[in-house]
Amino acid sequence: MSAADPIPTIGMEVHLHLATRTKMFCPCAVEYDAPPNTRVCPVCLGMPGVLPVMNERAVELAVRMALGLGCRIPDFAKWDRKHYYYPDLPKNYQISEYDEPLGLGGRLDVELDGETFRVGITRVHLEEDAGKLVHAEDGSNASVVDLNRAGTPLLEIVSEPDIHSARQARAYGEALRQLAVYLGVGHCNMQLGQMRFEPNISLRIGEGAGGVPRYTPITEIKNLNSFRSVERACEFEIARHRDELAADPEGYTLETLGKSTRGWRDDRGVSFLQRSKEEAHDYRYFPEPDLVPLAPAREWVARVRASVPELPADRRRRFVEAYGLPESDAAVLTADRRVADFFEDAVRLHEQNKQVTPKTVANWVMQDVMRILNEENIGISELRLTAGQLAETIGIVAQGLVSRETGSELLAKVRATGEPAGSINVRQVVEDYNLAQTSDAGELEQVVDAVIAENPDAARQFADGVDKAVGRLIGLAKKKTAGKANPKVVRDLLVRKLRGS
Amino acid sequence: MSILDQTACQVRDALRRGEVSALDVTDACLAAIERLEPAVHAFASTAPDAARARAARLDRRRDAGEDVGLLAGLPLAVKDNMATADGLPTACGSNILRTWHAPYDAHVVERLLAEGAVIVGKTNMDEFAMGSSTEHSCFGPTRNPWDTDRVPGGSSGGSAAAVAARMVPVALGSDTGGSIRQPASLCSVVGLKPTYGRVSRYGLVAFASSLDQIGPVTRTVGDAALLLQAVAGHDPRDSTSAAETDAPVPDYLAALEEPVEPLRIGVPKEFFGEGLDEEVERVVRDAVAACEGLGAEVVEVALPHATDYAIAAYYLVAPSEASSNLARYDGVHYGRRSGEAADVIDMVMRSRSEGFGDEVKRRIMLGTFALSSGYYDAYYKKALKVRRLVRQDFDAAFEKVDCIMGPTSPTAAFRLGERLDDPLAMYLSDLFTVGASMAAIAGVSVPAGFTEAGLPVGLQILSGVFTEDRLLRIARMLERETHLAGRRPPVCEESA
Repeated sequence: MSAADPIPTIGMEVHLHLATRTKMFCPCAVEYDAPPNTRVCPVCLGMPGVLPVMNERAVELAVRMALGLGCRIPDFAKWDRKHYYYPDLPKNYQISEYDEPLGLGGRLDVELDGETFRVGITRVHLEEDAGKLVHAEDGSNASVVDLNRAGTPLLEIVSEPDIHSARQARAYGEALRQLAVYLGVGHCNMQLGQMRFEPNISLRIGEGAGGVPRYTPITEIKNLNSFRSVERACEFEIARHRDELAADPEGYTLETLGKSTRGWRDDRGVSFLQRSKEEAHDYRYFPEPDLVPLAPAREWVARVRASVPELPADRRRRFVEAYGLPESDAAVLTADRRVADFFEDAVRLHEQNKQVTPKTVANWVMQDVMRILNEENIGISELRLTAGQLAETIGIVAQGLVSRETGSELLAKVRATGEPAGSINVRQVVEDYNLAQTSDAGELEQVVDAVIAENPDAARQFADGVDKAVGRLIGLAKKKTAGKANPKVVRDLLVRKLRGS
Repeated sequence: MSILDQTACQVRDALRRGEVSALDVTDACLAAIERLEPAVHAFASTAPDAARARAARLDRRRDAGEDVGLLAGLPLAVKDNMATADGLPTACGSNILRTWHAPYDAHVVERLLAEGAVIVGKTNMDEFAMGSSTEHSCFGPTRNPWDTDRVPGGSSGGSAAAVAARMVPVALGSDTGGSIRQPASLCSVVGLKPTYGRVSRYGLVAFASSLDQIGPVTRTVGDAALLLQAVAGHDPRDSTSAAETDAPVPDYLAALEEPVEPLRIGVPKEFFGEGLDEEVERVVRDAVAACEGLGAEVVEVALPHATDYAIAAYYLVAPSEASSNLARYDGVHYGRRSGEAADVIDMVMRSRSEGFGDEVKRRIMLGTFALSSGYYDAYYKKALKVRRLVRQDFDAAFEKVDCIMGPTSPTAAFRLGERLDDPLAMYLSDLFTVGASMAAIAGVSVPAGFTEAGLPVGLQILSGVFTEDRLLRIARMLERETHLAGRRPPVCEESA
């Protein structure tokens, strides 16, 4: 055994609810706030004699996610039954995909601290969610069952053990969420339990005989439902493994102790044993005879592939290469697919315009558009401003018709009209509110003369070579014109006059 | 002569012509049930008032000039494992579901009601369709109308006995490994197991999902054609039901009287081996000879996997699926819940221990074992391989012949209790029927004759997938020769 520091080795199982209107095997609505047991039917209640019918939209979304993760979609996938007794599982088996899932062998590139690490994706498969057990409110120690969630389409994504720290585990979860939302596969609302994490943690403790790596026992932490708890639970487990290993360097190994399952107490920040190796379930998988196997036709997969939008990482790279944006701008702009679309739409409208570069548009989107989204906590669909209107505003500023600062005001005015987005003519708003700046040299010369006359020391400073004075004089000139003086014209006039004097 | 001595097709025609009312026929059924039920016990539950009300309603609609469907007011019964929303429980012969009322109709029940049927009751069965004698029922055993000391076969013994005793013109049964054909054989009625996928399983309480199939139990081949017509066809709620484009439903009655010519009959030597009763063999060979006399060519075919191997594999596949399908009966959501449980695990264990009978428990344990980790490959997976070989046997045979003929059951009806303590002997009742189930092909049992003691013997005819129309025509050829459909069982005479 080498003396090297043990390396945390983490594989992650992630479950996420797919963004379908109806359940996996019946037409019941997927709703999160309905009264208990009101979104149920004989099928999701598992009544005698009922049969499941596959939700094709769920399969499409699952394949889309699998493709987004670079998985291979086999020509044949099948449904299996996974058996265990629990009161929130009406049939006492879950329909899942066991040995022939619909996505195999992908990867996800995750960024952390400016570095990229790659996590291999073992498999992606579809299954149905269970219901919920709720403690009765009548003071008894009874539990009651709510089956609204039973049968909700659930995507399981299993990673290779390519994660080596608690922070990487968290970053992987966040990247997966971003991808799922980006692809429209799931809403991934953590509060609603739409995304759940189960990290499998062990420490690699060097090599045994023949160079075979040795590990501490694998512990699987069940049902974590926030990024923070993923990071904390992984941190806790890594530390716990180190302690156990220190106490028993020879005995605390995967060979001797196998795999156990642990729960996580978020309030106390500790994990606790749920099942040891000996208590592991025998799920008695076998092919689901009530459903025909999935045989995704190549042409159908090709159509789904064509509908998959460009992935965040690819788009970020393209923004840097095609638009010459700094890496950081590209990252900010591609974090939300609709913001990135908005940016690109605006850029496209200035393709022929040398005055407006993609970087100019990027600045506007980041400084104005995203600020509004953040301040008002809204999505871009609620912005009441189109990419075309933003592009026109940028063009007006570039032409010098209004100042940069007034440009921001102009956007606010366009949004405030209350008219449907897109129906507002930006130039009309400039006129209506008299926002155009004055560039007329004759008119501005009088203003400049007055400013110089009123500030003799500033004029002197300029003569002494203190260029800063010009800035103050420009500000004063703008003040005199209620902000409408074109600062460029004012500056030219000032410099000419002060030099000449 | 009672209206119930007529065939369902004749009654249906009389109803259509207005010569008899649905209420008259329903009343005749209810009277026959009341008279014969103490001796036969074919029913799990009946609904006299609801049936009469529905019959009267159908009569009014027909009087108003409305077409009330293919069945035109015909009363009938369905097996107790088919969900009925209206009034009758769906108990499956089990204490665990004894008082359970389905909140929905099975697909076949919907179809029957849409075609103008009157459901007078639900027929008795082995618990969850597991058995070959209809003795494993929480309602007690059904008796064979030809000899009430003997079993009617199973698990659709209630349907077979009710039809044989002329309590109802026709009934639906379900067949997993022979549960329609074997009781039909033992009760001298026609029992058709359609191709897997021909009839929707939606609302049929599952025993073994990859094998279960609903089919008609009738006194004549024509009645079987009529009832199959009413229930066959695609149902989007059953993913394993055949699509209309792949297997359109033909008009089963249209060509029924046309003999299949030329007809090549395959006789497999595997169906005439050890365990076959001599008298049964004689009756079956005579029936095949009768077909030969009609011009058919009889050739020997080989089905090396269709009996011994098929039954071994069947008793792995079916219990495995059953152990899974029956996991849902836990007392949590519906059905029987034990009253005195300490916690949820205790509640589930007690509910299942109290709710299931011995045979069901035996099969759940068999299936649980066969699916468990470390044994799956040796048992379940190997059984699936055998299943493929069985299918290949039949595919090869049907390259050479139009149908296969042989005995339905190795013996005639046995005495009540005779095989109850010997599960293996009971399982061998299915020796000749499981092959067709495993191969998912169509099969029918038609009355072929009687033993010296007056016990019925059925002939089994098998044909390829979705060839029920041809199968019925072949069965009809034989029926015309044997004239057995008119023969009344002793129980009808005794209590008349």
